[in-house]
Amino acid sequence: MDDLAFITAVAAGMVRSGTPVLLAAVGECLTERSGILNLGMEGIMLAGALTAVIVSYLTGNIFFAIIAALAIGALIGLLHAFLCLYFHVNQVATGIAVTILLSGITAFCGIDYVGKSIHSISAYKVPWLSELPFFGSVFFNQDILVYLSYAIVPLTYFLINGTRFGLSLKAVGEEPRAAAAAGVSVFRTRCIATALGAMLAALGGAYLSLVYAQGWTENITAGRGWIAVGLVMFASWNPWKAVLGAYLFGLAISLQLRLQAAGADVSPYLLGMAPYLLVILVLAVSKLRQKKIPAAGPTALSIPYLPQV
Amino acid sequence: MRAVLLLISFFALSTICHAENTTLKAGFLCVGPTSDWGWNYAHNNGRMQLEKRLAGQVQTTIAEKIPESAEAERVLEKMIAQGNKLIFTTSYGYLEPALRVAKRHPDVVFMQVNRFETAKNLGTYFSHQYQPMYLAGIAAGRMSKSNKLGFIAAHPVPPLLQAINAFTLGARSVNNKIQTKVVFINSWSDPGLEAEAVKGLAEAGCDVVAHAQDNQNTILPTCDKLGIYSVGFYTDAGKLAPKGWLTGACLDWGPFYEQIAKAVKDRTWKSGSYTAGMEAGYIKLSSFGQAVPEAVRKEILDKEKLIENGKFYVFAGPLKDRDGVERIAVGSKPDLKQLSQMNWFVSGVQGALPKK
Repeated sequence: MDDLAFITAVAAGMVRSGTPVLLAAVGECLTERSGILNLGMEGIMLAGALTAVIVSYLTGNIFFAIIAALAIGALIGLLHAFLCLYFHVNQVATGIAVTILLSGITAFCGIDYVGKSIHSISAYKVPWLSELPFFGSVFFNQDILVYLSYAIVPLTYFLINGTRFGLSLKAVGEEPRAAAAAGVSVFRTRCIATALGAMLAALGGAYLSLVYAQGWTENITAGRGWIAVGLVMFASWNPWKAVLGAYLFGLAISLQLRLQAAGADVSPYLLGMAPYLLVILVLAVSKLRQKKIPAAGPTALSIPYLPQV
Repeated sequence: MRAVLLLISFFALSTICHAENTTLKAGFLCVGPTSDWGWNYAHNNGRMQLEKRLAGQVQTTIAEKIPESAEAERVLEKMIAQGNKLIFTTSYGYLEPALRVAKRHPDVVFMQVNRFETAKNLGTYFSHQYQPMYLAGIAAGRMSKSNKLGFIAAHPVPPLLQAINAFTLGARSVNNKIQTKVVFINSWSDPGLEAEAVKGLAEAGCDVVAHAQDNQNTILPTCDKLGIYSVGFYTDAGKLAPKGWLTGACLDWGPFYEQIAKAVKDRTWKSGSYTAGMEAGYIKLSSFGQAVPEAVRKEILDKEKLIENGKFYVFAGPLKDRDGVERIAVGSKPDLKQLSQMNWFVSGVQGALPKK
């Protein structure tokens, strides 16, 4: 394999490995901007992954599988939002509870689906675009969920920064009382943001099971949901930076596996650490370079909102 | 108050029932889920076979996903409180908690996998996993057109290095141009990394991928999708890769568990190391996939017979590592202890080993 082929393969692997984390991280960005901390991402990814496998196995239809995963994600997101907004429970505790609960439920419900062959998603070459040198085979010789992720990032950015809803979203995330006084429903806005964020995490999970692993395995996410949550903080709640972080994570995975396959004599332990190390390093440096005071995140993040007090 | 009385009477009743019961209760401690089509699946399979083979005489319980920590000690104590007199601890790191619990309960027999330290009431057991991997290597060596094989493993630890070396020796016994590319992914089960590792190996030119992961659900179907051959580990999982499956190693603990349970029941059990391989039926060669031609099957089955009747030894000396250092002298066979300390690759293996 020549150098260009190697680099192209590494970059294509970066996109594949980064996409599940990317989707969850962008979703968490959206949720946290409304002031809700959702630590249930790992569990929601698991739920999305299993739901997609079950529906794909039963109906043989990828489209239904993705819709079902999105629906489960929305449902769990709403449950988390309801607990946080109606009962004002501690958001850290509920999020962790959601993850623990779902990792148990998916392990239990998934037993019958282990080793079942399902309709998985194959790569689809985008006409014309996939002919582009380098970029074509890296970005446009992937599958439809990856193409969907290309659309989701700018759409999310636009939703937060370019729409009336985005304005309300940021307002309830910073000053919920003021937003409420201006006539914005804190409850409804935060519910929508949490549901949308959870839907993206579930989509990331479905990507893992339908595209990547092509089947269900217990704990298929192996911590990717937690990485997504961490990325959001490092990315200063900016979806574009979260994308950068997710692709860096994917790049390190893709590179370390291919370096080993190419016979590079580097300690596998060192290479295994690379994804985490690289992401922390680059995002920390990018934060240092910021001229403004680094953002501390939405002011009202994870603070229970009690309108009557 | 009534609830308390009910509880007391329930416990009293259950202890009476227990006293009358003469069946042997056997417990199994597993580190992962038994649905993994791999290591834990194999132990659970052995447990179910034991129940079938000694129906009515043995009653088993299993605890899955128990970490190798103080938690293991707690679960062991609970199993003993429930009346289990024989406990199989089926993961490497259970030895330390098992030794502590064994000291407190001299009337309970413990069987620890993959270790050497024994106690009065604690024996160890393991199988020579490298034997069928040598045979699978022959299949890989015969089927590969690119002369490049891939191997995905979790960590560079001796049992996995044995499997990688045996696989490579087997392949090179029929095709001396074979190179095995090893990728360590630092995890016993991570479908994302496993799938990407298969793709990476395929891109690097490998047309057979073997592995030693606990979970086979991702690697085997991914190999089939990429149109390359696959070799399995721990269980016969050919149905996961119907097109490209060659063969693999397949643990078979049923007969062994029966032997131990019978001995404990008859009070003839003795502590020691019960480590053996294909000759004792602890491990088998998996069934062949449709891709393996008749001539290759015959070649492998002939070698299998030689291993089973002790006429062929996989790691027989002289054996040099890939740097040319002699590791096993002419005419000698390494003992279990030496094998358990293997920290080198035979020539033909490409991959990084941690430096000392």
